[in-house]
Order: sequence, then structure tokens, then C-alpha cells
Amino acid sequence: MTDAPSYLSPTGQEIVFLLLGAVAVGAALLVVTTRQLVHAALWLVVTFGALAGCYLVLTAEFVAWVQVLIYVGAIVVLLLFGIMLTRAPIGRSADLDSGNRPAAALVALATAAVLVTVVVDGFRTAYAPLRAGGGSAGEIGSSVFRNWVLPFEALSVLLLAALIGAIVLSRTDIRGRG
Amino acid sequence: MSLGYLGSYAAVLALFVVGVAIVAGALFANRMLRPTRPTPDKLATYECGVDPVGEGWAQSQVRYYVFTYLYVIFAVDAVFLFPWATVFAAPGFGMTTLVEMFVFLGFIALGILYGWRKRVLTWA
Repeated sequence: MTDAPSYLSPTGQEIVFLLLGAVAVGAALLVVTTRQLVHAALWLVVTFGALAGCYLVLTAEFVAWVQVLIYVGAIVVLLLFGIMLTRAPIGRSADLDSGNRPAAALVALATAAVLVTVVVDGFRTAYAPLRAGGGSAGEIGSSVFRNWVLPFEALSVLLLAALIGAIVLSRTDIRGRG
Repeated sequence: MSLGYLGSYAAVLALFVVGVAIVAGALFANRMLRPTRPTPDKLATYECGVDPVGEGWAQSQVRYYVFTYLYVIFAVDAVFLFPWATVFAAPGFGMTTLVEMFVFLGFIALGILYGWRKRVLTWA
């Protein structure tokens, strides 16, 4: 941690980061306000893509490509399949708004306020200079397998639970005891 | 030629922009050059010459969901194999790291085994 440079003359990197952040927030708003369910999933692709761009600008290369592979690739496919399992409304749906809209907006704003407060209060003017290669696969690997082995193993149990849950839910011929 | 970290990704971005421009340019040129005279018959969905009845059906079987989910599992799996592959032979890691990864894979293999025993993987 070193002293922060002045905020008054942002570098090109910072401007790109801010623009990508604006794209992510705008696309996220479209996800929850669009009238077409499939479009919501596609706007989510834009949100995740912008987020991956943010990671790239912060030199977190590996996390950025994982974001593209897992979120843009797998999670959105999962979401589209989820839509296809329902009545699969293609086109505009009139009944997408629920009565909880103001409450949901309030909760979202409060969550954002808490997160922003924590980050601003926690880091204040702390500044970490970005180093190319600091977020490479090798660095992540040595961090995971040196310090974070237990969360890594816990993740496998989580994946196992979710997989068995998906199998039980999707097979109507597997019944509980009794 | 060395560009540095952001310079090399600027090259990636430039390539991406060129790719988008080529596709968009081709579609735009097509739109400018072609005649546009739509009739209801031309806009109808073509299905072997038979007029379509009703709306499209996009609803699919729930069992496809397991295959999508298996894809997600394998994607997450593969993502952790990359950083593991770069370090497990490095000094200071060795056998412990190897065992840790196989414990991880073992847990996931249990799920696959469960699906296999419940005949999820066969096409019934």
C-alpha cells in the first residue's frame, strides 16, 4: 500500500474502468426492467462482459477469463434453460412486474449503500499499485493451494450438493422415503 | 514487439472491434443493396411448405437441465484445474497439492456416480 495519486487527473486506465462500470450498471438495470425474459438473460451477458472488462483493467487476467467462461458461458446457458423449462414466454410478458417492486428497489439500494459504505470506510485512501501478471493463473494457484485449500474443498461439496439436488428435482421417478 | 499488459489487451480490443465492424458492415451493406418488399406470406415461418399453426413452442424437457448443470460443474472443475496445473509441480507444493485436487475431483465424481446410478446419463 502506498500513497494514492491525485484523483483530479484520471489515467486512461481509470477512465476505461469507470466506463465499463457504467455499462455494467446500465445493463444490470435493463436486466430487471426489460419486458422480455430472454432479453433479460442477454443483458446479463453484457453486464458480466463489462465486469470481465473491469477485472482485465485491474490486471486480474485469470479472474476475467473465468468470468467469461463461467458466467457468460455456463451461468447464462443455465438461465436460458431455466426459462425454457417454464412456459417459455418468447416476446413481451405483461405480468413480469410484481407488487414487491418498491420493496425490492429499497432492498437493492440499501444493499448497495452498505457495500459502498464498507468499501469506502474500509479502504479510505489506501492504494495498491497494479502490477501486470499479478492476477495470472500461477499466482491464483499458489494463493489457492497455499492459503485457501479449505474453501476450495468446501466448494466441491457445494457443487456435489447442487448436482444431486438438480438430479433429484429433474427426475420425477426418484421419490423420498415414505 | 512488447506492448506491456494493457497494450497487449488493447490489441485484443482492436481485433474485437474489427470483427464486429466486418459483421455489422456486411449486414448493413446487404440491407442497403437488397430490395425490401415484404408480404405476409414471405414473413410466415417456413416449415416444409405447411402453414404454421399457433405459437412457437420453446418449452423443453426438465431432464435437459441436468446436462446443462453437468456442463456448469465441469466448467467450474476445469477452471480450478488451470491454476492447479501451473503450481503443483513447483517447489513447495508437491504431493499435498496433488492429493487436494484429487479430493476435490473425488467429491464431484461422487455426484457423477450418483447420476450414473440413477440412470440420468442414459438417454431413455
